[in-house]
Amino acid sequence: MVSRRSFLGRAAALGLSFSLPALTARAVERRGSERPMSLITLWMQGGPSQLETWDPHPGTPIGGPTTAIDTTVPGLRIASTFPKMAEMMHHTSVIRSLVSKEGDHERGSYHVLTGYRPDPTVVHPSVGAVLSHELPATGVEIPLHISLAGGAGFTLPRGGYLGDEYDAFRIYEPGRGLINMRSRVGDSRTDRRRDGLAVVERAFQAGRTRPASETLHRQMLDKAVAMMSSEQLTAFDIDKEPAAVAAAYGDTRFGRGCLVARRLVETGVRSVQVVLDGFDTHTDNFEGCKTQAAILDPALATLLNDLAQRDLLASTIVLCIGEFGRTPRINPLDGRDHWPGGFSCVIAGGGLKTGVVVGATDPEGLRREPERPVPIADLYTTLFQAMSVDPSREINTPIGRPMKLSEGQAIGELNG
Amino acid sequence: MRLPTVVAPLAVVAAVLGVTGYAVQPPLPDRPLVSADTGGTASTIERLEGLLAKSWSAHGLTAAAPADDLTVLRRLTLALAGTVPSLEEIRRFENDTRPDRLSHWTAQLLNDVRFADYFSERLARAFVGVDGGQFIVFRRDRFTAWLSEQLKKRRPYDEMVRDMIATDGVWTDKPAVNFISAAYANDAFDENKLAGRAVRAFLGQRIDCAQCHDHPFAHWKQSEFEGLAACFGKTRMSIVGVDDGRKTPFEIEDRKTLEKRVIEPAVPFGAEWLPADGSPRKRLAAWVTHPDNRRFDRAIVNRVWGLMFGRPLIADRPVDDLPDPDDPAFNEQNAVLDVLADDFRRHGRDLRRLVAVVAGSSAFRVDSRVPENASGSTAGGCHWEVFPLVRLRPEQVVGSMLQAASIRTIDRNSHLFTRALRFFRERDFVEDFGDPGENELGERVGTVPQALLRMNGELQKDLTEPNPFNATTRIANSAPDPASCVEVAYLICLTRRPTTEESEFFTNRISEASSKKRDEAVADLIWTLFNSTEFSWNH
Repeated sequence: MVSRRSFLGRAAALGLSFSLPALTARAVERRGSERPMSLITLWMQGGPSQLETWDPHPGTPIGGPTTAIDTTVPGLRIASTFPKMAEMMHHTSVIRSLVSKEGDHERGSYHVLTGYRPDPTVVHPSVGAVLSHELPATGVEIPLHISLAGGAGFTLPRGGYLGDEYDAFRIYEPGRGLINMRSRVGDSRTDRRRDGLAVVERAFQAGRTRPASETLHRQMLDKAVAMMSSEQLTAFDIDKEPAAVAAAYGDTRFGRGCLVARRLVETGVRSVQVVLDGFDTHTDNFEGCKTQAAILDPALATLLNDLAQRDLLASTIVLCIGEFGRTPRINPLDGRDHWPGGFSCVIAGGGLKTGVVVGATDPEGLRREPERPVPIADLYTTLFQAMSVDPSREINTPIGRPMKLSEGQAIGELNG
Repeated sequence: MRLPTVVAPLAVVAAVLGVTGYAVQPPLPDRPLVSADTGGTASTIERLEGLLAKSWSAHGLTAAAPADDLTVLRRLTLALAGTVPSLEEIRRFENDTRPDRLSHWTAQLLNDVRFADYFSERLARAFVGVDGGQFIVFRRDRFTAWLSEQLKKRRPYDEMVRDMIATDGVWTDKPAVNFISAAYANDAFDENKLAGRAVRAFLGQRIDCAQCHDHPFAHWKQSEFEGLAACFGKTRMSIVGVDDGRKTPFEIEDRKTLEKRVIEPAVPFGAEWLPADGSPRKRLAAWVTHPDNRRFDRAIVNRVWGLMFGRPLIADRPVDDLPDPDDPAFNEQNAVLDVLADDFRRHGRDLRRLVAVVAGSSAFRVDSRVPENASGSTAGGCHWEVFPLVRLRPEQVVGSMLQAASIRTIDRNSHLFTRALRFFRERDFVEDFGDPGENELGERVGTVPQALLRMNGELQKDLTEPNPFNATTRIANSAPDPASCVEVAYLICLTRRPTTEESEFFTNRISEASSKKRDEAVADLIWTLFNSTEFSWNH
């Protein structure tokens, strides 16, 4: 890795316009209400069954073999495969009546990531991109919008009309080293390569001064180099975390991802997505959900506990959600199919009310529409308000079409 | 799927055979070359240049000087084959003494399988997008292969479009049907999506906004959108694939009154071009491609121009949002479009001829540099007096890296192994790099992850670090002296020779290196060139 000093010297020698921000007000030392807000989205890829997580209906025709347990919120029962979360539900609220019109993975993911339905003439920014755009952070040298993701069929949260630079920075294997972050050759060769670059750039600039600088090619390169040499990269490492902490999150990609997410939030990253895939349970839903719960339960419970212990929960919203839910009807393969008409999410932190249960689905599974339906846009309007971002602010898309950050009504029950 | 090392198992080759179906295709018969002036493209080019010149003088612009032939060859190969030219091609080109060798090379590239394959992929983005869709009813690979076949056969574009809109059948057997089946989601056809896409892709009009409300800028009405959507109102998925046999009437729920209204197929203008008989999709197809429907030819001209320059002819609007044909504010630009559109219509709507006309024009051949004291230059390429700087697409970047590292031209005649590597590397790299999707002709800059990938990525390492398979070792071992090493590296990466300053700088670097480290010095040079602005931007 190129040392910070060597880079700075190099940058000065080449007269690069880029300068590194001061590291004085370190986000990592701030706590409580002083901290800027962050969002951690736990993305349940594939569409998690609401009936096997936060909205079980045991003993009904649609309930299947899933049983329910009491939680620290009186009257709130969740699937018994979540014993650790049962002890943590007082930190959270549950929405059981999310509704969407998108029952396809790609379209559903787009909708839940952005709050907007797919529109062929515009690409909406994901919520994480909007937050990094609206709430820039000084002193943070690593990307503000990060996705800790693996698995096939994954949809990267994009910057959309805000620009590709707001795309989530993707980490494939959280806690297992960073890809492309180190030069493949030693320091001296790396330096020689960059010296050479200045010569080539000069030749290209000739006669193209303005258009060439407008490409921002060099700025992106310099930013990348700054990131490669940043001390804040240690936020991605979990080696120094106590073994007990790492064990509590679970020795899984998702568990490690949740731990890294906490560290990133401490460093000042605005939006982190941690992906858990494997929820597309068209067959063998109940066994599949048990496997998933065994990963999700310790990771989410430990994350909430950890954030609360470190006084970070007031400034961090944790949202556990997937692209849709699953059918009340159990299909002949013991599976459940896609169901965008009444599914669940768990939301915690950020000063939102806790212990609230919004909406309800029909225990018989006969009515398609849940009680108190909540469109996805309402969820994000609530979330933006909690993070002091005005959801009604309009941004002009590249074709001059004004677009609100989020359409929809705040969910009154969650306003703290 | 990630390919970890250079040396891939044979399984990769087998997979490529399976995935791409290359193996089952017979070798292409020799086709007559498009002659250099393609049956009188000269007069069209002259008219085009006359209009452009008029616009430059009207705006007080000075046109840039003609670019040198190698620069144009680079643009041409990037536009038509998706890579920079190989050293092999550069050498042959430089030995070509024919007058106007660029036109000969355009014709040659248009007959190259690389053109049909690459261009069909680019066009497919406009027609069916980039999403995987529902695999069971949508096969993007079949659709792209079909498009490629049509380009090879020089099938008239209007026939292709009629196939896409109106064909019945199964998406595997009748690949054009994928245009329709791409809009199958949530167990139903999305008539709005189909109507919106058909009008955007084939007529260059954004009418989608009218789905929910009247278009804020143009005079499209919601009712007009509904009529277009109704053209797909009989489309259904049956046991024999897609057909127009739906029995129930096409109804729309009014957003205000929530009452259902039956909507009949209708078109927003040119009602006289809509035939009275036939299935709704056949009628729509006839209307879209009607000889009097000027938007049809203009739209594809604007798009093909966009694919070649990286920016559509009407550069300040999205590629699929043309001004109205009679909008006086756009007289100048519409006139330019019409020169090309008329030529296209008069000559059998042959996409290859259209490409040849554009590539032969001075707009495609001017420099991207302007004299520092040039008057009133916009340098943005809006009037085409200077070639715009446009960021290359991810597959152009990776294609160019692979091509540069291989010396020989990579095409279907290459060894299977080389093609297999190319196939997988492109997929991995494009995924990591971030695919701009359908909005590929929008303005965009690079990102930090892309810079990291280019600087430190595995592909970059495999292609630059000395190994027996790549150009680094071959250049270091076979170039007679350090200066030739530098020259060859510049030619394979940037399709030009180094300036004096560059040549001196890098020749010194290589001379300083011990003979054992010479390949390292060459690797460093190639790394540097790969990471330059010049490499990643069309110019």
